[in-house]
Amino acid sequence: MTDLAIAGLSGHIIHDEIVPARAPWLHEVKAGQTLRIVDVEGNQAVDFLAYNAKDDAERYSAQDTIAAQENIYLKTGAVLLSNEGRPMMTITATNVAYHDTIGGACSCESNTLRYGHFTKHQHSCVDNFLDANAREGRNKRDMVSNINFFMNVPVEADGALGIVDGISAPGLMVELRAEMDVTVVVSNCPQINNPCNGFNPTSVRMIVTA
Amino acid sequence: MMKTTADPYGAQAHARAMAGTIVETMPILPPSDGLVWEETVAAGGYTSRRISRGTRITLDDIYGDACVSLLLFNAECPVERLNVADTVKVQWNAYLGAGKLLLSDMGRVMMSLLSDEAGTHDCFCGASNAALHERKYGLGGNYGPYPSARDRFLIALAKYGLGRKDVHPCINLFKGVAIADDGAAILNAGPFAPGRTVMLRAEMDLIIVLANTPHVLDKRADYSVTPVKVTAMAGPVTAQDDPIRTATPEGERAYLNTEDYYRR
Repeated sequence: MTDLAIAGLSGHIIHDEIVPARAPWLHEVKAGQTLRIVDVEGNQAVDFLAYNAKDDAERYSAQDTIAAQENIYLKTGAVLLSNEGRPMMTITATNVAYHDTIGGACSCESNTLRYGHFTKHQHSCVDNFLDANAREGRNKRDMVSNINFFMNVPVEADGALGIVDGISAPGLMVELRAEMDVTVVVSNCPQINNPCNGFNPTSVRMIVTA
Repeated sequence: MMKTTADPYGAQAHARAMAGTIVETMPILPPSDGLVWEETVAAGGYTSRRISRGTRITLDDIYGDACVSLLLFNAECPVERLNVADTVKVQWNAYLGAGKLLLSDMGRVMMSLLSDEAGTHDCFCGASNAALHERKYGLGGNYGPYPSARDRFLIALAKYGLGRKDVHPCINLFKGVAIADDGAAILNAGPFAPGRTVMLRAEMDLIIVLANTPHVLDKRADYSVTPVKVTAMAGPVTAQDDPIRTATPEGERAYLNTEDYYRR
């Protein structure tokens, strides 16, 4: 049986890893390499940040990216820009209609506002980002607005905005070509209070090709 | 003509003769009665200040073409800062206006919008940068006539010992960005009537940073931005029954978290 997760990959696989549900992931992707993220079981939000591997004060900027493409949705062809306006990665393929970059990452603290203080001790994406980043000397100063692959955040005409049922499905994917050497930091979102993971966090697969 | 600045005495006299010069874009010290801060920020200029909980800040778009990019930090712990994503997500709305809250990355309310005559603001497009300004205007750095919001922020933050990692996603006031059905981010750059004001109440002790530069999506060929007047008054901490505090369950919990932070 064909493994759909690796169908259509260009180049050879140099890294292939399952990120467990709720876990962080950190990996350096060199310029020219491609990272494929596979939504293995469907509608699993993958919170995503990228740092210039040589200078981590340069990092993904959702606002620069939105301003340059004059659109909030990330689709095939979207160029992920840094806070200094430089291309970090390009979305070279995806079979999901669009991905989010306005919804930010869940945190223990914001969960208390969104759902109530009973959620304070639940695991969160910001804690995952801090866990991964702390191992390389980064901290909350390095938290910025992130990408949420496989997450759906529509904006209605009156400005109403929210995380709603996903538009991904088992086996769908997104591919990112690195335009510079980048450190990718991911939180495989542990949120259980909204539909971003279908109320059931699952694993995702990370495949790097060169 | 005699050279007057050839020695320290002449140089001192020359320098002191300038005192009392009034220009439009400058701070007024001391500020007018009842104010704790009075300053007009130049087109392309920036300012910053440590303000106390309860302070009311009024921004006046005196000529109708200001674009004020805003950063906020907890004054005593600047690693806590404005979180624009949480601000729109927690309030279930993309657009700022009277009664809206500006939230930190620690689940606290940092500021609230007491009043808003503009209604045209932007949480999505962020700060311009030097490379963009070089392409648009021919020159981008702080040293020239067309500085970018990001470069203004870098100087402002450096004065607090903060750096590149502290320039967080910002909010742009007075220039509006609307999101269309297909996700398009559409700028409303005016023209707007002069004198629109926005009044913000500090809910924490803050470092507030303001840069007044053309909106990043502004398509006008010239560097179009006009001065903005900043005034601030001291005021009481928000009362328990304040209508903004109690307007939404999410907002009320943000106030609870801020109040809890100051319970010490």
